[in-house]
Amino acid sequence: MLTSNQIMEINHIVQIGRVLLDEHDRYSYSFDASFGTYLPDAVVQTKHVEELAELVKFANQEGIPIYPRGQSTSLSGGPLPVQGGIVIDLSVMNDILDIDEEDLVAVVSPGVLTSAIHKAAEEKGLMYPPDPSSSHVSTIGGNMAENSGGPRGLKYGVTKDYVIGLEVITPEGEIIQTGGRTVKNVTGYDLTKLIVGSEGTLGIITKAILRLIPKPPATATLMAIFSNLVDAGRAISNILSSGILPSKMELMDQASIIAVENYQPMGLPKDAEAIILLELDGHPLALQDEIIQAERLCYVVGASQVKIPKNDMEKEEIWRARKLVSPAIVRIKPTKISEDATVPRSKIPEMCERLQEIKRRYQVHLVLFGHAGDGNLHPNIICDKSDAEEMERVEKAVAEIFTAAVELGGTLSGEHGIGNMKAPFMEMELGTVGLDMMKRIKKAWDPNNIMNPGKIFPEPGQKLELK
Amino acid sequence: MNETMEQLRQEFQYDKTNQCVQCGYCLPVCPTYMSMGKETHSPRGRINLVKMVGEGRITDLSVLEEPLSLCLGCRACETACPTGVEYGSILESARAALVKRKTFSFPTRLVRKMMFKKVFPSKSLMNFTGHSFWLYEKTGVQKLMRKSKLLHKLPHHLGEFEAIMPKAASPKQRAHSYSYVKAKGERKYTVAFFTGCIMDAMFHKINDLSIRLLAEAGCDVYVVDKQTCCGALHAHSGEMNDAKELAKRNIIAFEEIEADYIVNNAGGCGAMLYEYAHLLKEEPKWKERASVFSAKSKDISQILISCGGVPDLKIRENERVTYQRSCHMTNVQKVTAEPVQLLKGIPGIQFVEMKEANMCCGSAGIYNMVNYDESMKILDEKMKHMKETKATVIITTNPGCLLQMKLGIERENLSSSVKALHLIEYLADAAGMK
Repeated sequence: MLTSNQIMEINHIVQIGRVLLDEHDRYSYSFDASFGTYLPDAVVQTKHVEELAELVKFANQEGIPIYPRGQSTSLSGGPLPVQGGIVIDLSVMNDILDIDEEDLVAVVSPGVLTSAIHKAAEEKGLMYPPDPSSSHVSTIGGNMAENSGGPRGLKYGVTKDYVIGLEVITPEGEIIQTGGRTVKNVTGYDLTKLIVGSEGTLGIITKAILRLIPKPPATATLMAIFSNLVDAGRAISNILSSGILPSKMELMDQASIIAVENYQPMGLPKDAEAIILLELDGHPLALQDEIIQAERLCYVVGASQVKIPKNDMEKEEIWRARKLVSPAIVRIKPTKISEDATVPRSKIPEMCERLQEIKRRYQVHLVLFGHAGDGNLHPNIICDKSDAEEMERVEKAVAEIFTAAVELGGTLSGEHGIGNMKAPFMEMELGTVGLDMMKRIKKAWDPNNIMNPGKIFPEPGQKLELK
Repeated sequence: MNETMEQLRQEFQYDKTNQCVQCGYCLPVCPTYMSMGKETHSPRGRINLVKMVGEGRITDLSVLEEPLSLCLGCRACETACPTGVEYGSILESARAALVKRKTFSFPTRLVRKMMFKKVFPSKSLMNFTGHSFWLYEKTGVQKLMRKSKLLHKLPHHLGEFEAIMPKAASPKQRAHSYSYVKAKGERKYTVAFFTGCIMDAMFHKINDLSIRLLAEAGCDVYVVDKQTCCGALHAHSGEMNDAKELAKRNIIAFEEIEADYIVNNAGGCGAMLYEYAHLLKEEPKWKERASVFSAKSKDISQILISCGGVPDLKIRENERVTYQRSCHMTNVQKVTAEPVQLLKGIPGIQFVEMKEANMCCGSAGIYNMVNYDESMKILDEKMKHMKETKATVIITTNPGCLLQMKLGIERENLSSSVKALHLIEYLADAAGMK
C-alpha cells in the first residue's frame, strides 16, 4: 500500500498527467486478457516523458512497483500489477506517428495503435509487417514489450525484427536512447533487441523507431482441405521447401472447423481433419505462377479440395473462416486458455499428435489452430473457470503442452510472452544457468526490482494457476 | 442490507459477464473510452466492475454509479465484440439493481417519478408538452427569455437546448392527426405507425410526413390510438418495471390491427420495440406476443425500401449530404444500408460519409442533459468529422440525434450554412410534400 506521503509526492510529480486513486478506476486497471485480478494502488496517465521519468525515479527510491501498460490485451499477464504499486497507462502517450519515406522508418509513441501504423505506412506505399490479430486495439508499446507476432511472422518475422531504435526510461528513472534510424548498427551491445520482448521488466519504452519495407503490390490466397491432419502438415513443409515463401500459412483443425460451422455456417466440410489457408504476396505475375504451384503441391500430398478465390470478396470470405475461430470456440464454453507454444516446422505433425494425446488423457476440449507456417500453433483449451475440477485437469494439460513444445525443440511462447502465467516453466526451457544469466541482466538494470516485478522469472515454488 | 451473494449475482447478471474474454476489441469503438481516456469508462471496464461485484470483491456498490451512468448505451461495443457479450443487457440489469438500492434526493425522486410514470407514458401530457412549446413560442415568452439572457441561468444547460427546439406544431395541427391513410395506387403492405412520445410532442410534423410518405410508397397506414411511450428512457434509467408495463400496453394496442409491420421513425424507440421480445422473455404469458410484436417492428426506411423507394423525387442541386447514424439503429436493429440507399436515391445530391460515422453523437436519450459536459466532448469530436465532409445537410433518423446535431451546428456557428434534418423531412421535401 502507498502511504499518504507517497501519494502526495506522486500527485506533486504528476502535473501534466493525472493520478487515478478511486476504487473503480483502480479495478479498471487490475486485469488484462489473461487470468487473475490484481488491484494497483494507483494508476498514472501522462503524456510527458520527463514527468514520467521523475515518477520512476521516485518509485525506485521508495521501492514502489511500476507496471507499464498498453491497452491490456495481453494474454500472458504482462501488465498485471501482481504486487500492487503503480500502473502506468501508456495508451495515452499516442501523439507521435511520423512516417519517413526516405529513411524507411516510422517514429512512434508507445500508445499509438498498431493498426494506425499499418494505415499510415500503407498510405505511403510502405508496410510495417508485424500484424498481431489484435492490431486494431493493441498499442505498439505493448507489442514491443511482448514482442508480438502475427500471421505474417512466417515471412517477415516478429516485432523485434522491425524495431531499430528506442527511447527508454530505465528503472532508475534515466532517459536513454538505444539504436537509431539505421538498419545497420553494430555499436556495442544491442540493447534495443534486449528491451523489445523484455515485457516491461527493464524499462518503459517512450518512443520507438520502426523499420518499414515497401508494400508488396499484390496478394493471392488459397484454401486447401485435408481429410488427414498429418497430410496437412506435410503440405506445409512441401510448399516451404519448394521455394515458395508464403506471407501467411494458417491451420484450422477439425474441432475449429466444426466450431465455426456451428457458429456461422459457411460451407466448411465438417468431416475434414484440417484446413490450410495460404496467402502469398509479391509481384502479381510471380503470384499467378506460385499460387498454381502451391495448389498442385497441396493436391500431391492428398488435399481433397483446393479453392483459389477469384476476387477480393471471395478472398475475404475465406479469411473470415479463420477469423471466426476465436469467437466460435468461446460459444462452447466461456473460458478460453489460448496458448502459443511453438515448435520447429518439421515437428508440426508430431506436435499435433502430442496435442491429441493430451486432449484424450485429460479429457479437455482442445482446439488447434494457428500460424502453422512458422510452427506457432495456438492450442486453445475451452473450459469453464467456475468448474474447479475441470480447471485442475486444464492446468495439467497446459503444463504438458509446454513440456511437449520444449521437448520437441520448440519454445514456451511464440508471440504472447511469458508474463506471470508461464514463469514457472522458464527453467525447463532455459536451464538453470540460462535463466540465471537473464536474472543477472535484470538485476543489473533494475537493482531494486521495481519494474514490472513478478513477470518472466518464477517466484520460488510458483505454479501455474488458472483457478 | 441482508442479501446473499447469489441474489446480487443474479440481479447484476454476473453470469453474462463471464462471456467477456477481456480482449479489448470494444475499446476503440467506445465513445466514452475515447473521450474520457480511462478503462473505467470502457465497456470492458464496466463489465469488469460488475464482475467484481459478482465475485464479492467490490462491496460498496456506489463505486459503480459513475462508470455506469456515464455510459451512453450506444452499444457499439456489442457490434465490435467477437464473443457476443450482451453488454446492453448487463448494463440494464446493473443500472436497475443500483436504482433499486439507491435513495434519490427528494427532488430527483420527484422528477424521476413524474417523468417516467406520468409524463412520457401519457398522450395527453405529452400533447400538453407540445402545446406548451407552441405557447412558449407564440406568446412571445420565447423572445423575452432569449432577450433577457435568463436562459443561461437555467439548470442542466436548458438554455442551450432551448435554442435548438424545433418549431412546435399548433394545437390545431396537433388535433389534426391521422388515424388511417389509404395507400396510393396498389397496396403493398398494411402497416401500423408507432408515433413515439417525444417524437409526437416535439416532431409532430415528421410523424405526419412519415405517415403520408408511407401511403405514397404504397402502404395502408393505421395509427393506433391506445399506443404509448416505448419505454426506452425507462429501461436505460434502470426503471425496468415501468418499461415492461409500457411494452405490454403497446403490445395490446397494436394487436388490435392485423398489420404486416409496425413502423417507427425513431432509431431509439425502434430498438426498444425490437427488443420487447428480450424484455418480456421471462414472462410466459407475454413472451410469444412480444416476439410477434418485435418481429413486426421495422424502421420506416426498411419499409420504404421494401416498397421500392419514394416515388417522384425531384432533383436537388448543390447539396452535400452526410448521415449521422442512430446508434440504436446501427447496433441494435442493424439497419444501416436502407437510409443511405434512400438518400442516394434522391437525384442530384452528393452523399459524403463522415469519418467514424458509426460513433455516437453523444445525445443518447437524456444523456446530453444529465451529463452535459461529457456529451459535448463527444459532440465536438463528431462535429470535427462532420466539418471535414463539407456537408450542407446532416441527416439523422432519431429525434435525439437530430436535436444533438442542431446543437452541434449552433456550437460551431454553422447555422447559416448547415442544417440538420430527419431523413423523413428530407425525403418528403424531395417528394414535394408540404
